[in-house]
Amino acid sequence: MKAAPYRPLDLTHGRIDLTHGAGGRASAQLITGLFAAAFKNDYLDQGDDGAVLPAPAPGEALVFATDAHVVAPLFFPGGDIGSLAVHGTLNDLAMMGARPLYLSASFILEEGLALADLARIVASMATASRAAGVPIVTGDTKVVEQGKGDGLFISTAGLGARPVGRSPSGRGAQAGDAILVSGALGDHGLALLTARGELGLASTLTSDSVALHGLVEALFNAIPAAAVHVLRDPTRGGLATTLNEIAHQSGVGMQLIETAIPVNPQVAAACELLGLDPLYLANEGKLIAIVPAAQAAAALAALRAHPLGQRAAQIGAVTTDPRHFVQLRTPLGGQRLLDWLNGDPLPRIC
Amino acid sequence: MKYVDEFRDGELAQSIAAALRRAADSARHYAFMEFCGGHTHAISRYGIADLLPPTVRMIHGPGCPVCVLPIGRIDLAIRLALEHKVTVLSYGDCLRVPASGGQSMQKARAQGADIRMVYSAADALALAQREPQHEVVFFAIGFETTTPPTAVVLSAARQLKLDNFSVLCNHVLTPAAMQAILDGSPATATPRLDGFIGPAHVSTIIGSRPYERFAHHYGKPVVIAGFEPLDVMQAILMLVRQVNDGRAEVENEFTRAVSATGNLKAQRLVDSVFELRPGFEWRGLGAIPDSALAIRADFAPWDAERKYALHYMAVPDHKGCACGAILRGEQAPTDCKLFATACTPHTPVGSCMVSSEGACAAHYNYGRFRDAVPA
Repeated sequence: MKAAPYRPLDLTHGRIDLTHGAGGRASAQLITGLFAAAFKNDYLDQGDDGAVLPAPAPGEALVFATDAHVVAPLFFPGGDIGSLAVHGTLNDLAMMGARPLYLSASFILEEGLALADLARIVASMATASRAAGVPIVTGDTKVVEQGKGDGLFISTAGLGARPVGRSPSGRGAQAGDAILVSGALGDHGLALLTARGELGLASTLTSDSVALHGLVEALFNAIPAAAVHVLRDPTRGGLATTLNEIAHQSGVGMQLIETAIPVNPQVAAACELLGLDPLYLANEGKLIAIVPAAQAAAALAALRAHPLGQRAAQIGAVTTDPRHFVQLRTPLGGQRLLDWLNGDPLPRIC
Repeated sequence: MKYVDEFRDGELAQSIAAALRRAADSARHYAFMEFCGGHTHAISRYGIADLLPPTVRMIHGPGCPVCVLPIGRIDLAIRLALEHKVTVLSYGDCLRVPASGGQSMQKARAQGADIRMVYSAADALALAQREPQHEVVFFAIGFETTTPPTAVVLSAARQLKLDNFSVLCNHVLTPAAMQAILDGSPATATPRLDGFIGPAHVSTIIGSRPYERFAHHYGKPVVIAGFEPLDVMQAILMLVRQVNDGRAEVENEFTRAVSATGNLKAQRLVDSVFELRPGFEWRGLGAIPDSALAIRADFAPWDAERKYALHYMAVPDHKGCACGAILRGEQAPTDCKLFATACTPHTPVGSCMVSSEGACAAHYNYGRFRDAVPA
């Protein structure tokens, strides 16, 4: 990373070419001029093959998570692939009850990608990582020929430390537990669908992409650590799919109240128009917490007191059900299944 | 959401449910078919079955455009993409419909076929204009609601002399299918149909008149209803009252959108582009005369069937599949031995399991918690 620059990076008109991935001077130039400059921290500045990190505090467990990111379009209202790649891994760590400590980032760049776009994405990752207080301490870059990648793919991994006593898990839900969500559902999925421009629908809706470890800490500070039975962020497949996963993992059923589930009016209206269900749309800044009923009020109060959980709500309860069904009481008073997502969510035809 | 929430009001639903309980004669059974998948979806999505008296049974009809597409029509699209190397554009739901030989459009894509999803006929036309280097075929499906947009793009393609665009037309007609259900059911079939909930969106185009023969000749009441849950409940109440009174009339619950004559401008446009097809095979219902539309000879260059000299080959449905009997209301999804075993929304065998509006998929996705736990 210490190689002397042999040509300036043209961040206005330049494009990624194959030399940027060849491991020579152009690669070094890209790494020092763009990535190392943006992510600057003591670990990265060492310029070695890996980062040497301090051991966690005694008794703390290490949590390791990774997340690959492919998204179209690369930029969308409320974020971009860069901020998403940072938030995604931070949230995976947070959902394990860990305090995120370090991130890695690998980039697969497609020949022809505008350097200006890459610089924007890298800056956005740097901002997200700084805001979260979690540095990107190691990374890698490869370039593939034009047509072999979709602009760029980013893979991030993260290390976190989990304090003693915390053990949230998809297997932890127990009959009688309360099911909480931290806010309105479907924003990210719909923001992305509209940003693709295929639906001919304009909206001011933005993705909810955000790092959730602060909100998670607020929850752990409010109730006994062991009372946080399950933490999960309902990303792909949305709330419905995530709850079904938990029900299967925990061997339980769930009963939800549809009118209790927060959905932004704009999302509800657009879904209505398109024949989509917000409960199957992805979220990137919401969490599901499952806690004993006796802790529900305290947990809810803690979530609501945090800026990222103001619209937190209890949406239902865990039940005993040998078939592990997630059921929903409809606004009309009827009962129905809330099943796994089948295929992709598709707008209705007629 | 204004204009939507008021049609989903829980208290109002309870008061219609109470009226239904009062109106329904406990000494008899009522069996109504909601023709449209949109109604099936509303009934399942809102758990309306829980609000109906036990003597009222809803039968899910064939009004789901994806569900009634026969295997042979999907085969045509796949053949176009794989053998003729054309770009096939389709609504997303069609991609998963099982075709013959274990194929589907989605699987053909993985084998290199250029099959893409579009959201509208207009998108398909725009794509053909944007990519003049590709031969583009729009796989047009649907009932009377989606026919006018296809007519619009065919007219535009002719006007633009767009020679890389054509349409594989699979548009079908609602009244013909309703008649086939009434004519085709064996006299012994149970339950006997006591009436229909008539389509919402389809009726905005064709109006309420085409249903009159079902009331007058077949003695079956028809109540046209909107797709909101309260529309459906109100329509069921109106049907129960007609049956109780011994009336068979076409009533319109959906007056906010449907008139007697429908959308005359759309009808004229459709007439100018399409003509009746003498016969068309429906999945589950078999060949029904005068039940579908073909593109008129004036538009031959934009008719994919003519342009690529396609020949339709009927492919029998899976032997164990009960879709036909289910679409005619003679069996419930759970009567089919494939239901939720070999046939699921993820691995659909029959048509009713494909689209979320299909009877089997609706029961699987929303209602299977009611079924007995398998031993």
